[in-house]
Amino acid sequence: MNTVQNFEIFAPKLVDRKEYFSAGHRACQGCGEVLALRLLLKGLGDDVVVANATGCMEIVSSAYPQTAWLNPYIHVAFENAAAVGSGVEAGLKALRRKKKIADRDVKTIAIAGDGGTADIGLQALSGAMERGHDMIFFCLDNEAYMNTGIQRSSATPFMAATTTSPAGIAIPGQRTGKKNVPEIMVAHKVPYVATACPSYPIDLINKVKKAKAVKGPAYIHIFSMCPTGWRCASEITIKLGRLVVETGVFPLYEVENGKYRLTMEVPEKLRPVGDYLKPQGRFRHLKPSDIETIQERVNREWEILLNKVECMQPW
Amino acid sequence: MGKRIGMEVGIAAAEAVALCNIDVAAVYPITPQSHIAEHMADIIHDGRIDAEFITVESEHSSISACAGASATGARVYTATSSQGLMLMHEILPIVSAMRLPVVMGNANRAVSGPLNIWNDHGDIMPQRDSGWICLFTENGQEVIDLSIMAFKIAEDPEVMLPCVVNIDGFQLTHMIEPLEFPTQAQVNKFLPDRKPYATLHPDNPVTMGCFNMPDIFTETMKAKDTALWNSKKTIVKVFSEWGKQFGRKYNVVETYKAKDAETLILTMGSMGETASIAVDEMRKAGRKVGLVKLRLWRPFPVEELRAAIKGAKTLIVMDRAISFGGAGGPVATEIKSFLFHDKGRPRIVDFLMGLGGRDVTVEDFIAMVERAKKKKDETYEYYGVRE
Amino acid sequence: MAKKKTEQKKWPEKWHEVTPGCMVFEPGNAANYKTGSWKAQRPILDKQKCIKCGICYIFCPEACIQEDAEGFFVADLGYCKGCGICAHECWPGAISMAEEVE
Repeated sequence: MNTVQNFEIFAPKLVDRKEYFSAGHRACQGCGEVLALRLLLKGLGDDVVVANATGCMEIVSSAYPQTAWLNPYIHVAFENAAAVGSGVEAGLKALRRKKKIADRDVKTIAIAGDGGTADIGLQALSGAMERGHDMIFFCLDNEAYMNTGIQRSSATPFMAATTTSPAGIAIPGQRTGKKNVPEIMVAHKVPYVATACPSYPIDLINKVKKAKAVKGPAYIHIFSMCPTGWRCASEITIKLGRLVVETGVFPLYEVENGKYRLTMEVPEKLRPVGDYLKPQGRFRHLKPSDIETIQERVNREWEILLNKVECMQPW
Repeated sequence: MGKRIGMEVGIAAAEAVALCNIDVAAVYPITPQSHIAEHMADIIHDGRIDAEFITVESEHSSISACAGASATGARVYTATSSQGLMLMHEILPIVSAMRLPVVMGNANRAVSGPLNIWNDHGDIMPQRDSGWICLFTENGQEVIDLSIMAFKIAEDPEVMLPCVVNIDGFQLTHMIEPLEFPTQAQVNKFLPDRKPYATLHPDNPVTMGCFNMPDIFTETMKAKDTALWNSKKTIVKVFSEWGKQFGRKYNVVETYKAKDAETLILTMGSMGETASIAVDEMRKAGRKVGLVKLRLWRPFPVEELRAAIKGAKTLIVMDRAISFGGAGGPVATEIKSFLFHDKGRPRIVDFLMGLGGRDVTVEDFIAMVERAKKKKDETYEYYGVRE
Repeated sequence: MAKKKTEQKKWPEKWHEVTPGCMVFEPGNAANYKTGSWKAQRPILDKQKCIKCGICYIFCPEACIQEDAEGFFVADLGYCKGCGICAHECWPGAISMAEEVE
């Protein structure tokens, strides 16, 4: 039984029971990223080929001779998920056209972490999106290079402590803000760009289905809670995912052909950002003045997004 | 003999690959490979073959895209040179470890720094550990023949390894030569459709690109090394089949007037032709000089080399690449290492020459043979360097 | 000679038992590895309170919570890592975490 079309209500038990990522994987207890992966694979369903980058999901799933993947899967290196995916897409296209494989749609997807998307993987991603391959790129963003031991990435939020942006006496954590990759994707004129969070599973799955239906490139940026890297209790993973959305730190929206649309209910006033920051060890060094600074930045970014929702026209 | 036409060798390389009914080409331009890339684009954009042409944004992405496409079962080709090959360096051992039969044309060019767009072997030598089958061509006809054979070798179920065909940049890629092309029907007969070992398709899901823990990695490495060594059997077999079908027989080690030679010159790539003219002149002057040409570099054809150099007193190795601060040129170092224990082996002289496009003439070869006579030890030397 | 897929050994030891390219031909065979030994606490379901909504099923990162014959969602303790997400998210508070006993 399929899906969650026409779901206005939150009914998780009606989500398709088929699993595409087997238990027995070696992710940490309470890993939000593997949950994001599990949900996006459910949203995609059958007839998918996965090109994955080196990272947490690759390591926890594919220690030879075992694999947690039920889909056809390829991993090559860290920075080239989008390039490998481009090759897979082109190969499947050519073989189908030349009648060497079955004549039916098979979707290519590429998955990478925030490092493999926004930093070392940015070139390949940009090239693939510009060329317009029929491919969905998923960024599973846990806001640091988690697999190698919690080093900072360009997706690490302002003032977060990581091992290469530690909360030191002279410099308190990450000095720059989060790189806005969805915006870079919109600038590439990617027809479907969205942000998602596994704490909102139906919204995530719906977005994945929309992306799958696009005949061309699509990009989904999925917030991936990481209790290990963020130094918080494993059971509050889902709660943190809700807080990050309710405080406006990671808004849920989609951009269809340039038209911005929020996919979350907009409160009159955003929840105070301190509610989201306080349960996380990576922010424990923040002084009240720092939290105010962050609140101002969040408010400003939220305003900018609301402007885009109001003003941007489809191209 | 069939009809011969005059064509630039780089263009001919693309034409030869087009005959092979490739499915995907992912290429990034770099001098002096660019004519291969451009002509490949012409062929595909004119619809002469049905293939996907991925205009990637860097060489790292071109080899990555080739890996992805090859994994779906497609026949793939790429071409590069020098800095591009260096940029691919990270991925090359992965492609061979994953047993993907990608074929690559490499227009040999010096590597930076400083920047030098002209011909030497400094780009392919750093890739010798990568596990790719590595072939060298001497003239345009060999480029056509070996490019087609490369697919058959790489895709053979006993091999399943990527293969690079080296073509000296400018010295060979930009030469216009009289060339004979096999017909499409002949190539179809010689090279049937690829039958992949495993493919990425939901009808039969596989996982490719697992990681290895320490407890199994050594075994995986030996398996890959063994596969590369065993590929020589197939290479010899494919050369023989080509000889039967087209009348041009190739060997992993070619010889020219080497049988009774006391002094042998060893070359790789296009300068073999110049060296053979030098050998002819020296023979006319009564000297027993011969020529050995390595066509296969990886896996190293040590048995065939032994047979070719038997009886010679001196082996002059022409190296067109350097390992700085090391034992000398890669080819001489490799040969010295293999022959270390051989009784009665020839004295090995190592000349570094033809670097960065510096021309090597018939007179130069004759001068090197003279110089070799005077050399007392086996250390390497830069031929022709201005002191 | 390339190994036929049917000859893939479950735990290759010798070098010639390694599949070409370290390919794995059994999708999902990671299920042979029981991660249940990782947990320090285990979920306990109070069926009186459970409303069979499936929240725990959708939020379990291990995908180890399945619906039983009666419609209750029960965790497979062979894989459950004891993260506590199900207990934390359960609306009616039907799941509680208890310390794992040997």
